[in-house]
Amino acid sequence: MFTAMTTMISISNLSKTYEGGFQALKTVNLDISRGEIFALLGPNGAGKTTLISIVCGLVNASTGTVTVGGKNIVTDYRAARELIGLVPQELTTEAFETVFSAVSFSRGLFGKPANPAYIEKVLRSLSLWDKRNNKIMTLSGGMKRRVLIAKALSHEPRVLFLDEPTAGVDVELRRDMWALVSELREQGVTVILTTHYIEEAEEMADRIGVITRGEIILVEDKATLMHKLGRKQLTVQLQEAIDSIPETLADYGLERAAGGHALVFTYDAERAQHGVAELLRDLAAAGLAFKDVNTTQSSLEDIFVDLVKEER
Amino acid sequence: MNLHAINAIYRFEMARARRTLTQSIISPVISTSLYFVVFGAAIGSRIPQVDGVSYGSFIVPGLIMLALLTQSIANASFGIYFPRFTGTIYEVLSAPVSYLEIVIAYVGAAATKSIVLGLIILATAALFVPLTIKHPLWMLMFLVLTAVTFSLLGFIIGIWADGFEKLQLVPMLIVTPLTFLGGSFYSISMLPPFWQTVTLFNPVVYLVSGFRWSFYGIADVSPALSLAMTLFFLIACIVTVAWIFRTGYRLKP
Repeated sequence: MFTAMTTMISISNLSKTYEGGFQALKTVNLDISRGEIFALLGPNGAGKTTLISIVCGLVNASTGTVTVGGKNIVTDYRAARELIGLVPQELTTEAFETVFSAVSFSRGLFGKPANPAYIEKVLRSLSLWDKRNNKIMTLSGGMKRRVLIAKALSHEPRVLFLDEPTAGVDVELRRDMWALVSELREQGVTVILTTHYIEEAEEMADRIGVITRGEIILVEDKATLMHKLGRKQLTVQLQEAIDSIPETLADYGLERAAGGHALVFTYDAERAQHGVAELLRDLAAAGLAFKDVNTTQSSLEDIFVDLVKEER
Repeated sequence: MNLHAINAIYRFEMARARRTLTQSIISPVISTSLYFVVFGAAIGSRIPQVDGVSYGSFIVPGLIMLALLTQSIANASFGIYFPRFTGTIYEVLSAPVSYLEIVIAYVGAAATKSIVLGLIILATAALFVPLTIKHPLWMLMFLVLTAVTFSLLGFIIGIWADGFEKLQLVPMLIVTPLTFLGGSFYSISMLPPFWQTVTLFNPVVYLVSGFRWSFYGIADVSPALSLAMTLFFLIACIVTVAWIFRTGYRLKP
């Protein structure tokens, strides 16, 4: 699916051990395709920011290579970095500069000639135009976050990193951010966002990667994950334990659980060939008496928590 | 060369100087004027000529050097330390900018500020005492070389410092004493022989002496040696900065 033509970011065998011995990343391999919205999901301290920082040139990798738009981030850093915009997690802004000059500064820093019309467009799209002559220190936290986004977009990047974009952000800005991301998607910009809000990943991402303790343990299309979410499980508590599943029930793909005291039926609620009612009828026909039934539906959060727990 | 980036950083730094005009220009001018009043007019009137130059005129090159050294260090160290302190350095480090360009922009801005300041102090001095500049081109060369060298030193301090205290440490504990003891206010020939020898280990002696020579043609050490020492410090600073960037020292984990 991800050929060389469409790969925007290619990370191979990337690891990072900080001075002092903390291993933040263990052999990460990841390809992100052009125009994709990729969510990197993981608990605090999982290595999300380290990964982003290496790609953006803020942290030196211990081993491995990264290319952005086919350009190596170390040997061809200029070409690679020109493509990248970064919105950092922390609200690190200049204090005394005005919004307009700070955003123009960023554009120059990335090697682009001044373009006040474009800066105006960016500021307007982030509802910052009215504040353009204000000193950044006088702005609210949410406004500062918008300034950071404007700075990251000032040089028309092809890849945008949003590191925890909606941490501590009000509903309005969160909505704006989602709208912005879909606008960028239309322009073909690749967006990588880190978050620990699953809802956010669901809302925005095409693909989701789960990272924990420095390892990417799952990368899947959101659609596939959603399909998994669509799966339900019916657990039937039997009155008496059974040693094997009767042949008449073979089609259901049942699993024995609790030492034969329970049967677990996994099914897709929308597309089930064998329904719950059918199963219960067949159970009775097979002479299996049951005392209780319950159904569960796994959420992305469950999957995530399970994955992260397994790793620990 | 990412000229847009150099331009952006340079302008940013110069804008910072304009915002803090009182602190960057007016206060050094006032303190230098005070030196003229105290050393030049009040005490200087009781001091005979030094090497055929009135004392008030004699101290002008030393005073300019004093301001040049301290302000170059202060400007450059703060210019790079403050973004590190606030975290905004991330943007420069993630930009398609080479280390050379970063140094040119930050050090260039700091040096520009102190050169402008040096020239303002020179103009101020001309109001108090008679001035002659025998070798104007050499004067400018010493001015520029010293400003660049000590801006580089300031840049190094700004990267090395991990707190505001350290930022003040080197200028306070090393540079100011060396400048005062480096013949800014006297000719080292006025010292007893033992201290003359000790003084020759003070690098500032060579800077002040060469600079004073460009004004009055009098020097404690030969101008060629002054120039050689200035270039030596410049190269030492360049080598250190190159090492900092090659290793990512205090900039990139």
